[in-house]
Amino acid sequence: MRISVRDLVRIAVGGVTARLTRAALSVLGIAIGVATLVAVTGIPASGQQALLEELSRLGTDLLEVTARPAQGDDVATFPAESVAMAERVGPVTGVSAVANTQASVRRSDVAGESSGVGVAVLAARDDLLGVIDGELAHGRYLDAALDRFPTVVLGSEAARWLGLTRLPDAGPAPQVLIGDRWFAVVGILEPARLVPAIDQSALVGWPAAESYLGFDGRPSVLYVTAQEDAIEDVREVLPATVHPELAGLVSVSRPSDALLAKRQTETTFSGLFVGLAGVALLVGGIGVANTMIVSVLERRGEIGLRRSLGATRGHVRAQFLTEAVLLSGAGGLVGVVLGTAGTVGYALWRGWPVVLPPAAVALGLAGAVAVGVVAGLYPAVRAARLPPTEALATA
Amino acid sequence: MTGADGVVTLDRVTKTYDGRVTALDDVSLTVADGDLVAVVGASGSGKSTLLHLMGTLDRPTSGTVRVAGQRVDTLGDRALSVLRAQRIGFVFQQSHLADRQTAVRNVETGLLYAGVPRRRREALALEALDTVGLAHRAGHLPHQLSGGERQRVGIARALVTSPAVVLADEPTGALDSVTGAAVVDLFRTLNATGVAIVVITHDQEVAAALPRRVTLRDGHVVSDVTTSPGDDLAGGLPRQVTTSPGDYLGGRGVGRG
Ligand SMILES: Nc1ncnc2c1ncn2[C@@H]1O[C@H](COP(=O)(O)OP(=O)(O)OP(=O)(O)O)[C@@H](O)[C@H]1O
Ligand SMILES: [Mg+2]
Repeated sequence: MRISVRDLVRIAVGGVTARLTRAALSVLGIAIGVATLVAVTGIPASGQQALLEELSRLGTDLLEVTARPAQGDDVATFPAESVAMAERVGPVTGVSAVANTQASVRRSDVAGESSGVGVAVLAARDDLLGVIDGELAHGRYLDAALDRFPTVVLGSEAARWLGLTRLPDAGPAPQVLIGDRWFAVVGILEPARLVPAIDQSALVGWPAAESYLGFDGRPSVLYVTAQEDAIEDVREVLPATVHPELAGLVSVSRPSDALLAKRQTETTFSGLFVGLAGVALLVGGIGVANTMIVSVLERRGEIGLRRSLGATRGHVRAQFLTEAVLLSGAGGLVGVVLGTAGTVGYALWRGWPVVLPPAAVALGLAGAVAVGVVAGLYPAVRAARLPPTEALATA
Repeated sequence: MTGADGVVTLDRVTKTYDGRVTALDDVSLTVADGDLVAVVGASGSGKSTLLHLMGTLDRPTSGTVRVAGQRVDTLGDRALSVLRAQRIGFVFQQSHLADRQTAVRNVETGLLYAGVPRRRREALALEALDTVGLAHRAGHLPHQLSGGERQRVGIARALVTSPAVVLADEPTGALDSVTGAAVVDLFRTLNATGVAIVVITHDQEVAAALPRRVTLRDGHVVSDVTTSPGDDLAGGLPRQVTTSPGDYLGGRGVGRG
């Protein structure tokens, strides 16, 4: 005699809800596992999405050209004409450069040098900001009117280290000591997302560095933008173009790739977390199995009665299996809700868009149901094998 | 449908547990259509074993059992379950009601495995409750019912499929004598409508009130007595015990043949 799925579910709901506290505990076990699974996939996915949105805002057309020092040299530099050479490459849309002056910077001549430790003093071209897509937080950037005077623009971290997070609205600009000369701080930059090295730098004008810091005019890093579809070609020809004699020492990187890679390792939870979710699910499954085994022991009378009313072994098995799946399925649903809430909360806190991979949600639910089937199988088979007379005798 | 064989027929049935305890020894017994049988005997004499074999809840070690004309030893779990669902009703000492379900829902459980579509179950269950005199308690939960009422709900659940035979194992065992007598009267009334009933009892008065009495001792049937209507039945069942609903007494005259 067949019994309908609806009847089966109705019986199982009755069986599960009759022991609510115990049911809630096994639901919770599964829920923790599924919530973990959803969160450890949802949070990195949200972070990834945030990064992609950021990159599409920043653009991916920037190349950074550096060189290793040639034998015998301490520092690596490019020929002074390298900027002009790079500009001549067809798809190139912009070239700028910085050069490390090896000078040091301090806030004052009395406080010692500690506050400026770690800040690199770079000669920077006036077009740097446009090429690296940098932004000013305060003041102004170097331009033709300023770049020959002792003026400096600070990267965001350098400014913080020097205790200059903002500039006075009126009155004289703050001064910092670079080498043995006072420079006026005329601007502070926002963090440069693609070129974080700029954050820790103090930028002085190209001519000013030559006049006051003994700079030889040879760039140490070139920044090149090019048409997006030609970027790989440009990347290939740049070494020989900017440094014809020592092209082998030149390396060209794409900062957006580096950022992507770095963020990926930051936001991709390691297998450990996924493993943790698996363990939680396993423990939840053991909880369900335990609940069901106890349930079968306690409900021998009910089993005997149902057998006397015409339930087959299959009916009894199906009933207990359905109860187990109901418990774990409910756990799966609760887990998806909790995991979603966790992901949403974390993403909002980080200012990320919320991404819930449907595969993770589906996998969580399917995993919960599968765990329920596995956990329920043994108790269900035991219930079905119980001889009716024995079930009735012990009731 | 059941034919001359009777509703339940045991032919030289022996039941041995674990190869050691012989609970029934070479028992032959026929329950005919419309029979109302009391099974009595000392504790351990094999009464429950007999009932389980009649109800196909267990299989004999040797001998054959026929229910509604079918040999049960040839049937598998499914076929036996169909037989139990449709032809046999069980009543136990405890009523085995689901605590959180109303009386009518509990009775409907009796139809769950009998292939009766959902929409027809409630009407049948209400009808069965009406038959046991509990129509007005249909919406009550078990804990709102007296012990006797709970047992009647259990009886309604056994009856709701219109089985050929109802097998009751000490149905009055947990009830006081007055309530128990009322349940026995209910069986007599039901029996009058044609259903065969087998009642195990320890209570001599209950047994005496029924037209046929089978006595077991150490797994043997030692007596099988049928009292014709008008015999010493009234003497065996003091009138004052059958106090409650007088109309249940209507079944008194029904016996075999
Ligand atoms: N599952 C079993 N395993 C082993 N022995 C059993 C089993 N069931 C019953 N017996 C034995 O079989 C004999 C008959 O038992 P049964 O339950 O049929 O007696 P009964 O007449 O119903 O007794 P009571 O009046 O106490 O209910 C007893 O000796 C009992 O111990
Ligand atoms: Mg017994």
